[in-house]
Amino acid sequence: MNTLILSGRKWMDKLIASLYVLPAFTVYFIFILLPILNTLRYSFFNWTGFSPPTFRGLGNYQELLQDPIFLKAFMNNLRFIVYYTAFPIVLALVLTALLARKNLKGRNVFRAAFFLPYIMPMVVVGVVWRWIYNPVFGLLNGTLRAIGLGALTRPWLGDFSLAQPAVGVIAIWAQFGFCLALFMAGVQKIDEALYDAAKVDGASEFDQLIYVTIPGIRDELLVALVSTLIAALRAFDLVFVTTRGGPGNETMVTTLYLFQNAFQLNRMGYASAIAVIQTLFILAISYAMLRFLSSRQ
Amino acid sequence: MTRHRKPIDMKNLFTYLLLAVLMLMIVAPFFSVFLASFKTPAELVRGAFSLPENFSWDNYRAAWEQGHFRVYTLNSTLVVFWVIVLGSFLSILAGYAFAQMRFPLDKALFIVFLLGLMVPQESYIVPLYYFLSKIGLVNTIYALIIPQVGMSVCFGIFWMRGFFAQFPRDLLDAAEIDGCNRWSILWRIIVPNSIPAITTMVVLFFVWTWNDFFLALVMISSDSLRTLPLGLALFQGRWAANIPLVAAGATLVTLPSLFIYVFLQRQFILGATSGSLHGS
Repeated sequence: MNTLILSGRKWMDKLIASLYVLPAFTVYFIFILLPILNTLRYSFFNWTGFSPPTFRGLGNYQELLQDPIFLKAFMNNLRFIVYYTAFPIVLALVLTALLARKNLKGRNVFRAAFFLPYIMPMVVVGVVWRWIYNPVFGLLNGTLRAIGLGALTRPWLGDFSLAQPAVGVIAIWAQFGFCLALFMAGVQKIDEALYDAAKVDGASEFDQLIYVTIPGIRDELLVALVSTLIAALRAFDLVFVTTRGGPGNETMVTTLYLFQNAFQLNRMGYASAIAVIQTLFILAISYAMLRFLSSRQ
Repeated sequence: MTRHRKPIDMKNLFTYLLLAVLMLMIVAPFFSVFLASFKTPAELVRGAFSLPENFSWDNYRAAWEQGHFRVYTLNSTLVVFWVIVLGSFLSILAGYAFAQMRFPLDKALFIVFLLGLMVPQESYIVPLYYFLSKIGLVNTIYALIIPQVGMSVCFGIFWMRGFFAQFPRDLLDAAEIDGCNRWSILWRIIVPNSIPAITTMVVLFFVWTWNDFFLALVMISSDSLRTLPLGLALFQGRWAANIPLVAAGATLVTLPSLFIYVFLQRQFILGATSGSLHGS
């Protein structure tokens, strides 16, 4: 009798607990999870969005692998890694080494200022930089002319060989403060005694960076690496606002190509196949990071 | 003593110089846009940092009324408000259950939510668009609110569960014996003691929703439903030649974020660095 009441109560407990999760799960299931699964399904179909879809098997994927614009877009995403990931992390590491363990006055002011672009809408960042790069009254060409380097002025975003680095510079500008904030949080957790020991052993500042600071912020480095990698693979807002993929397809990226296929060319199945490929790359990177982090705990 | 100190000062001087140059590179573009927003097109040609003759609000007035930034601001505010309210409420409820209760499939469900944290928005935008269009929600404000809530709870649950798990079960058991039920334990004990964590979550929801461009670009076709980033992006295309007007629009989009950032800077940095794997 007692156990019956007890198990009845336990059953009630579980029911009530499920009710706490149910609202969030319902929204998530209908508006996120089902669409994720449907993307996979659509990617095997030929579908304009209006007429009924026809099954195409792996046709979309086969076409993608031979589509010069998609391959170019994907290569551009990989090239963006240099600007989204490599430069910001190296720059942030140098600054971390300079700032770490020094009670420089105004350290937090600098950190706050460097972090500022990261919280701005990418659309605003793009609008601001479009003006900087404006060939006629832009800040960059204006400055070049003012210091007598007028010969170097360029239509930066319209130049076939310069558009990609020009967008890349914006990415560095927007990303490095985020990496710096992560690293500085990590440095605060490093035991001061490690630096003292290194100094006793005669380690230079550079040695301390390599042997104490970098191993001490391994987790933060990994998070910075993964989130900037993902940002490079997902680049969209910035490209859309500054160049729309141009000139030609010099700054075309996969998400923009997905958007064009889905909502301008009405190729839903094809766009879904792009989404699947991109998602698999991103999930692989996230999964590798989670595995690495949990294996060390 | 002085001989010993001098080289250190020199080194700090170099560090300060480098930091100052970098800071100038970050702040100068924003500052020049802010200045430009008060200029006439003729004044603009005189140089990026030249001061306007008189600080007139004409560009702001034009952007606000003719440029429809009044409508965009209203839409953005409405979307952000509902995402924060609904997203936080659902995250707190579910986070509490995952942290303090046992129920069937709890571990599996948690992993399913984690998946939503890692999958980027663009990977499900096509089916989402067709689903919302089928139920008549495309090109309505709900097409911006509901999916954003769905994305936000993935992070919110993960975040709140981590924080709520720190509450000792003993304390909650004691409260339960005293006659509090779970609902009142959550709202009377747990939530009032979790304000910093909730603030960080709210700040993140704000940034993600306020800055969102992709979802609005796909879902919204009427001018009267555009949010600020979408409005600005299309505005700058239409008024490309009138930079002061675009600068005023850009300033209007930036100011609320900047205002909150100044007051909640710590939450911003803490939140963004710990929420950095969110998919939106």
